[in-house]
Amino acid sequence: MPGRFRSSFHLFPMLLCLVGLAVARAEPTAQAEQEGGKVELGITEYTDIGVKGGVDNPITALDEDKRRKSTADHTKYKELQGPFSSGPEVTKACLSCHNKAGDQFIHNKHWTWSYKDPETGQQLGKDWLINNFCTNARGNEGMCAQCHAGFNRTSPDYDLTKQENIDCLVCHESTGTYYKLPPSKGNKACAILFEGKPPIDWVKVAQSVRLPARANCGTCHFYGGGGDNVKHGDLSSVLFHPPREVDVHMSEQGENFACIICHVGEGHQWAGSRYNMIAWDEKEHALPKPGMERQTATCESCHGDKPHPFSIRGFKLNDHVDRVACESCHIPATARGGVATKVFWDWRTAGRLKNGVGYREEGYVQGNGEPRHTYKSIKGSFKYGENLVPTYRWFDGKVTYTTIDTVFDPSKPVEINHIEGSPQDPKSRIWPFKRMVTWQPYDKGRNTLVYMHLWGDDEDAFWGNYDFARAIRRGMEENGIPYSGEYGFVKTWSWWPQNHMVAPKEQAVDCDQCHSKNGRLKELAGFYLPGRDSQPWLDWFGLLLVGGTLAGVTGHGLLRILLRGRRG
Amino acid sequence: MPIRKVRIFNGFERFWHWTQALLIFVLLFTGFRVHGYYGLISFDKAVYFHVVAALSLIVLWIFAIFWHLTTGTWRHYLPTTKGLWPVMRFYAYGIFKGEQHPYRKHFWRKHNPLQAASYLGLKLFLFPLIWFSGLAYLAYNYWQGGISHPALEWVATIHVAAAFAILAFVIIHLYLLTTGGGFLHHVAPMITGYDEVELTDAELAYLEQDEPQRLAKE
Repeated sequence: MPGRFRSSFHLFPMLLCLVGLAVARAEPTAQAEQEGGKVELGITEYTDIGVKGGVDNPITALDEDKRRKSTADHTKYKELQGPFSSGPEVTKACLSCHNKAGDQFIHNKHWTWSYKDPETGQQLGKDWLINNFCTNARGNEGMCAQCHAGFNRTSPDYDLTKQENIDCLVCHESTGTYYKLPPSKGNKACAILFEGKPPIDWVKVAQSVRLPARANCGTCHFYGGGGDNVKHGDLSSVLFHPPREVDVHMSEQGENFACIICHVGEGHQWAGSRYNMIAWDEKEHALPKPGMERQTATCESCHGDKPHPFSIRGFKLNDHVDRVACESCHIPATARGGVATKVFWDWRTAGRLKNGVGYREEGYVQGNGEPRHTYKSIKGSFKYGENLVPTYRWFDGKVTYTTIDTVFDPSKPVEINHIEGSPQDPKSRIWPFKRMVTWQPYDKGRNTLVYMHLWGDDEDAFWGNYDFARAIRRGMEENGIPYSGEYGFVKTWSWWPQNHMVAPKEQAVDCDQCHSKNGRLKELAGFYLPGRDSQPWLDWFGLLLVGGTLAGVTGHGLLRILLRGRRG
Repeated sequence: MPIRKVRIFNGFERFWHWTQALLIFVLLFTGFRVHGYYGLISFDKAVYFHVVAALSLIVLWIFAIFWHLTTGTWRHYLPTTKGLWPVMRFYAYGIFKGEQHPYRKHFWRKHNPLQAASYLGLKLFLFPLIWFSGLAYLAYNYWQGGISHPALEWVATIHVAAAFAILAFVIIHLYLLTTGGGFLHHVAPMITGYDEVELTDAELAYLEQDEPQRLAKE
């Protein structure tokens, strides 16, 4: 058994617990009666988040493996017989045996929401960053910390040393009946999120623990940005049960991987963070070292740096590995399998009301037949995309962020995260990205991004009063950030590297898709790409030489026929 | 002087010629596809067949060079100015007047001076140019030092320019088959190996004595 699976769980009880799946999750009502007809309220896309049982609860190959081999049965432990009435009580029970887990976990990004980039020195992490979706978690923990791996994070002042607040269950429970709600209720427009949930059976979920499966990670990571596949493009609810052509690794018809098969780790630290990516793994991790563990989530850590078979074609394909990321060819399109991703967001239109209340519009039907919202009063207008050809860029793994204190030129699109790389840099490779385009508020006087106070039951929260001026002033004040008092809207881009939804090899991108005049790489300059590039004079030279030769022999031949005829 | 049918192209030479002709056709067809002139086959297949044909041609040429050196056939390509002018004058002028080709083929010298000079240029300049640029193109990963080296563009440019020159050669080569005795008359020796050659008495005596297998039965 690979050494990285440190703890073992007996997963037999899971079978019993899966019966719980049959219990249908009560659908929160998304509509409220208003004068003048029904008006849709709220932000119900969030209702899937943190309620994996309602979505799905697949058993991964890792689950099956552990169930066979585990030496411990958590249902038998006296510590887990309860009664429990809250999450922290369960956590205390967990930590009473796993007495190093708490200390391990409180240094993890899922808990700290903080990451200092060792290369750029930038302060990153959810607690600090501004993105171009819902913009900032900071100050909006009452909603956003639904996906914090702890209990009751309601503000940035959260006590990061209090280990009993770690939420072991969200990552480890296997019944599918555990759920997390936002730590606080917001305004009326959002409060319906909390209706109609069945109570959690704490003993049952506590006894069901296992290594994290797709359902555990996916419950938050498939819904980043406020809904199914909104943010990443390559992480959606399709991955609970992906068809083989959507994800050859995670499909039950394929390898049925859990996320942690690739995102390997020890001591509650996992490989594969976007904050510090390995864009080229050839030297560091892909050298053949039999039996050696590699704490990276790269393709090369399993497939090596010569992944194609020994043949003429394989030889040529392996030539690409140092310049083209595996993902560029093996993820043929973004947002596959029927769930769309958000590609455009316009905050400028947020705040329109009908009969004095906020509303929603469904203007897009995605591949699986489900409608998506194209307008919400609380957020503005959106556009979606599916099966998108990625945008390709040279990338060396280094990303610099536009943070709250970065001054920019608002006349050009502002890059929320700037990716670096060039064809002349041996550490760079061509990577596929989803590019998110947004119009979002900024400080017009200081040319910086802003923290907005979106969520709360107070009068300043935008999700309630629809007033940008107050929401921004409050968001900036609360965090002690200087604010000119005047806001505008700026166009922003963010880059989302595509790593998941790897297709079976027969569906890899055809050579012609890049090696052609108007191919996928037409925007990338500074290197010679056969089939795309040519010196303009070379084609003229060829035309003159070959054309001239043809004209010459034709003229010569005609002359012969003509003169012979005259002689005859 | 007697005119006899003498074998001037032996088996290997004919095999070499026709295999080379086929491979060059494949290389031109797939090569210009890779360059992006048309999409009749996929880029993937074009590259594959281009590489296979190129490697096959290189192997063939290793044998051909060995054959030329060991049999002394390389002497056929020695350049000479003797008789060059009348041949050039013939193609530029005499051919239109219905004159006879000024060159008489010898069994020991099968190419006219212009032909020999053309083939020598092809073999000493154009072919090496396209092979070395092609091998550099194929093996770019071993010299570009981990980056996308700007020199690759020049390697590719030289390779394609040489291909244009070879295409021009092929056009002229095919056209010249139509001159003189006609297309089939020129092609037949490269198929059967035998051509009608004017022999001196001494030459005939030599062939009858020492290389009788080269003389067709009367």
